[in-house]
Amino acid sequence: MLSRTADALYWMARYTERAENTARLLDVSYRMSLQRQVAREGYWGAALGITGLETGYKARHGAITASRVLRFLSVEEDNPASILACLRAARENCHAVRGTVTSEVWETINTTWLEAAEAAAGLQGGALQGSELTRYCEWVKFRSHLSRGVTLGTMLQDEGLHFIRLGTFLERADNTARLLDVKFDELAPAGASGDEYYEWGALLRSVSAFEIYRKVYRDVITPQRVAELLILREAMPRSLHACMREVDQILGLVANARSQDTQRRAGEMHARLRYARIEDILEVGLHRFLTEFLERTADLGNRIAQDFLVPIAAPEGAT
Amino acid sequence: MAQRGSLGRIFDEMHAPDGGIRPHYGSYQDWLQHTPPAQIARKRREADSAFHRTGITFAVYGEQTGKERLIPFDIVPRIIPHDEWRSLERGLVQRVTALNACIRDIYGEQRIVRAGLIPPEQVFCNAQYRPEMQNVAVPNGIYAHIAGIDIVRAAQPGGEASYYVLEDNLRVPSGVSYMLENRRMMLRLFPELFSRYRVQPVEHYPDLLLDTLRQAAPAGVDDPTAVVLTPGAYNSAYFEHAFLAQQMGVELVEGKDLFVHDETLYMRTTQGPRRVDVIYRRIDDDFLDPLAFRPDSALGVAGLLSVVRAGRVTLANAIGTGVADDKSIYPYVPAMIRFYLEEEPLIANVPTFQCRNARERSHVLAHLDELVVKECHSAGGYGMLVGPAASRAEIEAFRARIQAEPERYIAQPTLALSACPTFVEAGIAPRHIDLRPFVLTGKEARMVPGGLTRVALKAGSLVVNSSQGGGTKDTWVLED
Repeated sequence: MLSRTADALYWMARYTERAENTARLLDVSYRMSLQRQVAREGYWGAALGITGLETGYKARHGAITASRVLRFLSVEEDNPASILACLRAARENCHAVRGTVTSEVWETINTTWLEAAEAAAGLQGGALQGSELTRYCEWVKFRSHLSRGVTLGTMLQDEGLHFIRLGTFLERADNTARLLDVKFDELAPAGASGDEYYEWGALLRSVSAFEIYRKVYRDVITPQRVAELLILREAMPRSLHACMREVDQILGLVANARSQDTQRRAGEMHARLRYARIEDILEVGLHRFLTEFLERTADLGNRIAQDFLVPIAAPEGAT
Repeated sequence: MAQRGSLGRIFDEMHAPDGGIRPHYGSYQDWLQHTPPAQIARKRREADSAFHRTGITFAVYGEQTGKERLIPFDIVPRIIPHDEWRSLERGLVQRVTALNACIRDIYGEQRIVRAGLIPPEQVFCNAQYRPEMQNVAVPNGIYAHIAGIDIVRAAQPGGEASYYVLEDNLRVPSGVSYMLENRRMMLRLFPELFSRYRVQPVEHYPDLLLDTLRQAAPAGVDDPTAVVLTPGAYNSAYFEHAFLAQQMGVELVEGKDLFVHDETLYMRTTQGPRRVDVIYRRIDDDFLDPLAFRPDSALGVAGLLSVVRAGRVTLANAIGTGVADDKSIYPYVPAMIRFYLEEEPLIANVPTFQCRNARERSHVLAHLDELVVKECHSAGGYGMLVGPAASRAEIEAFRARIQAEPERYIAQPTLALSACPTFVEAGIAPRHIDLRPFVLTGKEARMVPGGLTRVALKAGSLVVNSSQGGGTKDTWVLED
């Protein structure tokens, strides 16, 4: 497969997954902001923190307000990480290699973009409010499910599909880690009083893990178990462990003459998650653990680009 | 020759002059009368939304980047009786065979020039002549593997009509994907029509194209790797490039995916470099190789020409085919057919005045309001004057341009292109059409029956190009 083609497929999947995760983040932030009357703005600052876009936001909008952040993350065209921009980037990548995906995949991705653009145009500069926001986030998630389904259901199981899945899981690992990092920081220090029950519940729901938690632990929600579920549970499809298992396995399938070291690193990350204990991770500090994980994930992304895809250009001024 | 005003009558593909329906449209007319208009309107909407969803669009140069338009699709088919197609096909194969012989000759012995049939300056001073290809052998001696020949039909004084070749497209002719998609759409929308008519299939075009490309591989390559080379997603015909690559099951590459090493062309893949033997290129000569042609081209591959000259990769079409599809060479094609094949041309040329010749020029300048004037090196309906439809000022502007650079212009009588019933806002009305059949040549020339019918949607307009607001129709060649 052409490196450029693999690159476009990989980024198509990453952007689709990113749009979904941003929708999940917006949804949970909105729900949490309804439940806790104090420090509302804090939630939106945290939401920006997860996406790493505070600087970009502040340069454009200044003070953090709920409606501006909502607009910034959902439909603002100039924000390269907004849901709308991600859906467009997914569509552009798919368009560039539309001959490689099935026509069903292309039609799904293209329709998602066309409908999202239409919805955004309908807002005329305003932001989504209340139930509209929830509905929009649900829609984005649904379209992402559909994209994944049509991909798995129609694509030939060859390299093309491998690179799509590689993109999906690497992006998901990154997003779950960011969400956990910010939200845990926000919720855990406050002490485990009953107030947080709804908030932990909202966090779990944001990664579709509320029912799973119940099923796995059959007990009250505790921060430690939430962390365990989202980091170490292999059977939990959005956990870091599950994502890295897939990444490790897929790299084995697409291996080439120069990808040995990349494979070794992915294997190491997978093994760590497989054998780690949550007590030890919390002992060292969750934030430290997740920060390191995010660095390694980013490094893995660069190595994948280098070995298989179109190398990511060094930022200007870098040597 | 039908000139506007002199004959007046336009040949209608469906209706005979006495108001009756031509026999091959009889069954269609019957269907049309018995199908509720609301149902047809619904099918037309369905066609539009299907084309949008599948992204069968094209970009228009000069419009906002990334903005794509649909090419309007008309649901009334253009029907060609079997016998009529047989003679068209023979004429097209004859023409393309002669054109290939001529390009081979120009880049070889140059017999036709020495025989005095084409003035040497018109070949060697032509911007499309590539001295780099002189005496370079190409596989099977074929240069134009994919040719799109534009055919029009115009009324004769007797009330019948003749086919004419309007233009030969030997560089990167496009439109074949619309031919295929239009058929697919008609089958989907109106399956019942296909039980009334036995229509010859066109769906095997991609197979024929792949076979043609493989036949064109350099000698000694057993299992050649073919690719489609595109300028990229922003090209107006990108949909077609992707479509053909997908239908053939070959890679769609851009220049940056390819590199030359040791007189061999490779593509960059996830498993390392892989050798490429045949390129179906959809990039003009000028942009193919920055080392040989335009140095500012980012679309091509540095060193590609050297690999071609070493005979280690085949380009379809070859570099330099444009020398034979130029409008200034067009008048000589009938002579080529006689010279190389010793046959009489089966399809006529449109009579053409070359402004480079003083006598013809003065005739053109005296009749600008009746003629169509074309720039020799342009395509897509740009740079053209349609005399009867032009304003005084436009005519005078062209007059000045012709006088300044006469060798850049040719002129032809304004043909009354045949018309075919077409859905327009007010119902069904006749609109002018042309036809672009495609001729494929690996070792010998082959075709799928039919081609792309383009239709001028504006009443009275003779310009069918999609960049100028034209639409398309499905083209049915009937079984015997």
